Amino acid sequence: MSIVTLARFQFAMTTIFHFFFVPFTIGTALAVAIMELCYVKTNNEEYKKLTKFWGNIMLLSFAVGVVTGIIQEFQFGMNWSDYSRFVGDIFGAPLAVEALLAFFMESTFLGLWMFTWDKVGKKLHATFIWLVVAGSMLSAMWILAANSFMQHPVGYTIRHGRAEMTDFLALITNSQFFYEYGHVITGAITMGGIIVAGLAAFRLLKKDKLSATTTNLYKKSVRLGLVISLIGSISVMGIGDLQMKALLNDQPMKFAAMEGDYKDSGDPAAWTVVAWANEAKHEEVFGVKIPYMLSILSYGKPSGSVKGMDTVNKELTAKYGKRNYYPMVNTLFYSFRLMAAFGVLMFLVSALGLFFTRKKNPILYEKKWMLWIMGLTTFAPFLANTFGWMITEFGRYPWTVYGLFTIQQSVSPNVSVTSLLISNTVYFLLFTSLAITMIGLVVRELKKGPEYEEEQLRAVTNASVDPFDKGAF
Amino acid sequence: MSGLQFFWFLLIGVLFSGFFFLEGFDYGVGMAVQSLAHNEEEKDQIVATIGPVWDGNEVWLLTAGGAMFASFPYWYATLFSGYYLILLIILFGLIIRGVSFEFRHKVPVEKKQRWNWTLSIGSCMVPFFLGVMFISMVQGMPIDANGNMSATFTDYINVFSVVGGVAVVLLTYLHGLNYISLKTEGPVRERARNYAQFLYWVLYLGLVVFAVLLFFMTDFFKLHAATTLITLVVIVLLTVIAHLAVFKRKEMTAFIASGLSLVSVVILLFQGLFPRVMISSLGSKYDLLIKDASSTPYTLKLMSIIAITLVPFVLAYTVWAYYIFRKRIKQPVIVTGENNGR
Ligand code: HDD
Ligand code: HEM
Ligand code: HEM
Repeated sequence: MSIVTLARFQFAMTTIFHFFFVPFTIGTALAVAIMELCYVKTNNEEYKKLTKFWGNIMLLSFAVGVVTGIIQEFQFGMNWSDYSRFVGDIFGAPLAVEALLAFFMESTFLGLWMFTWDKVGKKLHATFIWLVVAGSMLSAMWILAANSFMQHPVGYTIRHGRAEMTDFLALITNSQFFYEYGHVITGAITMGGIIVAGLAAFRLLKKDKLSATTTNLYKKSVRLGLVISLIGSISVMGIGDLQMKALLNDQPMKFAAMEGDYKDSGDPAAWTVVAWANEAKHEEVFGVKIPYMLSILSYGKPSGSVKGMDTVNKELTAKYGKRNYYPMVNTLFYSFRLMAAFGVLMFLVSALGLFFTRKKNPILYEKKWMLWIMGLTTFAPFLANTFGWMITEFGRYPWTVYGLFTIQQSVSPNVSVTSLLISNTVYFLLFTSLAITMIGLVVRELKKGPEYEEEQLRAVTNASVDPFDKGAF
Repeated sequence: MSGLQFFWFLLIGVLFSGFFFLEGFDYGVGMAVQSLAHNEEEKDQIVATIGPVWDGNEVWLLTAGGAMFASFPYWYATLFSGYYLILLIILFGLIIRGVSFEFRHKVPVEKKQRWNWTLSIGSCMVPFFLGVMFISMVQGMPIDANGNMSATFTDYINVFSVVGGVAVVLLTYLHGLNYISLKTEGPVRERARNYAQFLYWVLYLGLVVFAVLLFFMTDFFKLHAATTLITLVVIVLLTVIAHLAVFKRKEMTAFIASGLSLVSVVILLFQGLFPRVMISSLGSKYDLLIKDASSTPYTLKLMSIIAITLVPFVLAYTVWAYYIFRKRIKQPVIVTGENNGR
């Protein structure tokens, strides 16, 4: 195995794992913040219980999100040192700003939020969680600005064998960045809503064993979660559509691969529903197509053609020289379809779910199969997010920085295969045990339910925090 | 070397100093969970002293790393790829420790001990290997013309680097003990003080060995004799001050002095490195210099503006957070529900 393959595997594994928890944290933090806002506005104790209950689950995700994030930051230097040398002048800045502007804010205010229940004013306490939400969304902003540069480089010049920044403003007004940020954040919001609704639905399956108040709290969670995920899923699909149109210009190879088209489409273009490609021979084995559809999807009218991979390959070869420009076609093709399908699924579940839980006739709670569908949808946002990143990142092949720097050039030349094997194994084992523990603990929190007494440790700290008392400092 | 480059070299030093001052006591507290506490209540009490702040403290490390990437990409690339396995261990430590805070009080009682252990072991691994890394770095590592390091086991692990690692562990442990004395009430507070009183004697011995090794194993005394000596004297003075303060029960003084002694170690290393950022053992022509390792003036200027604007805010709310949590932590007595006996 080559160091490039191992380093790529490692990047994929660690970022995908990190990104299970990232949108989980962002999304549930927003949901929790909304609940606490409701509590401040209505003074209804139910909202307070909900805030604490979902807050506990959010904190679990946050903990794993933080520790896996540290790996990401170190990884650029450890595995991709030549890449770091090449883009450091540009890429490091957003990373540093992320830490300064976002991570400090997230972690400090989360600490304050966790330990000051009932010790500071309600409004101030709610402000803490809103600042955490702001921090996590800001952090996404900066890291995605960096990623957008890699997808669509702007505001740079090549000098002294590296990319040097010439225009910071261009970097943060990158068109790719707007789409990517919008899509990722709305994806995270959807995830937050779906998790709250879905996990609550799982518990409602057992509602015979739950107290009336607990059942009621879960029902509230379902409705609140579904409202959030309805708004989220509509937006994520809308922005995804815009992204698709932007790709047509910026990365035609990715676009063609996502559609599985080797040959130019002709005018009007047909859309492929299912297909299989022979990637070695660069040809389609079979494909089922709907006429006109791709033209409509790409241009909003029933005419217009789309370039196939063979044509794009010729163009890229003319522009950048001879190398293999074909990405993993089948992976991209199916990742895209699955991501979009999960998007539609989450939209339907949210819309229908809200309909079936309306006050007049809430049949959803009575029908086990409906609760099961809603519960199982909890897994959809995790998969949709992962497939989304697989499209974005695999589709950039063979570049790390599009058109400027290849994956082959990026890897650390001095890191041995042995080291990489060791680190891959260590991460793999760590992630497996973290995942198992995490799932176990989420289930445990769910079983405790929203009426469980506050944990003792926090109670202890809370008890000894009194801002008006004279203290050690 | 331009003024901007020098400024950023200083700033990286400042960020690492902030990291060791703040996160330093977190490591000490983490180690104390298994070494100082006698029962589960005391463990909770000890963890509660850093509960709300440890994550913010850890961000100092992330900021230092990010700032190094932004301002000295060549330094970041050489250091991080060269110390691959050491950093892997550090990451491992950070991970098992980072999740423990949340996990240890969410797991069933019978599994709690497991996460107490990961907390303590992680908190011990990280400072040790950071010490190993920084000390072997100032001894010089085999770095070639392209800035790539290909070192062998003894380059990383040798007498001096191990002594350095132990020294950092000891310093952070003492810093943590001083913090615990400052932040708690009851038996834990007294015990932390007793431990510290004794351990400072061990530290004196360690410092002597450290200074001797520094003389023989690095070029610090050749290049910067005066500043090296002064910083060493300052470290010793701060250690004595901290020790006296422990005796006199001046907990705040002891805590600040132990924090500053960690900062002085960072200063010692950074002044010795200057004007290099990495020292090559294959010949000084391969040394990585401040003037060659940095980003462009454009990026440095931009980052300076950003840093100067943001850092005051960060400092302001960090101080405020510490102010909110300024009270001493009592030993927990309340026992509720399923949590019996934790
Ligand atoms: C769209 C958002 C997003 C993306 C693409 C990434 N992250 Fe992340 N990251 C977050 C959004 C986020 C977050 C929401 O802010 C986290 C997740 C959970 C958390 O606690 O904060 C976080 C945590 C987190 C931390 C720990 C912060 C702390 O201690 O508070 C670090 C160092 C990183 N990330 C670094 C990275 C790097 C180097 C990435 C690039 C590969 C990356 N993240 C991808
Ligand atoms: C958290 C969400 C992310 C996920 C799930 C993700 C996923 C992936 C995957 C699957 C690969 C492997 C691609 C391949 O082997 O060709 C990869 C590679 C890579 N990604 Fe991402 N990525 C994410 C975010 C980012 C961000 C934010 C950045 C930069 C700021 C980034 C930079 C890279 C780099 C440098 C590589 C290695 C080069 C390569 O193999 O293409 N990724 N990522
Ligand atoms: C039918 C709806 C959707 C469409 C048309 C769509 C479209 C796209 C496209 C074209 C990309 C690649 C962008 C690029 O490489 O520049 C992408 C990436 C991505 N998608 Fe979707 N998407 C949809 C639904 C979803 C859903 C429901 C989620 C998750 C909840 C999601 C999460 C992501 C993520 C995380 C990425 C990678 C980051 C990015 O480039 O924005 N997508 N999507």
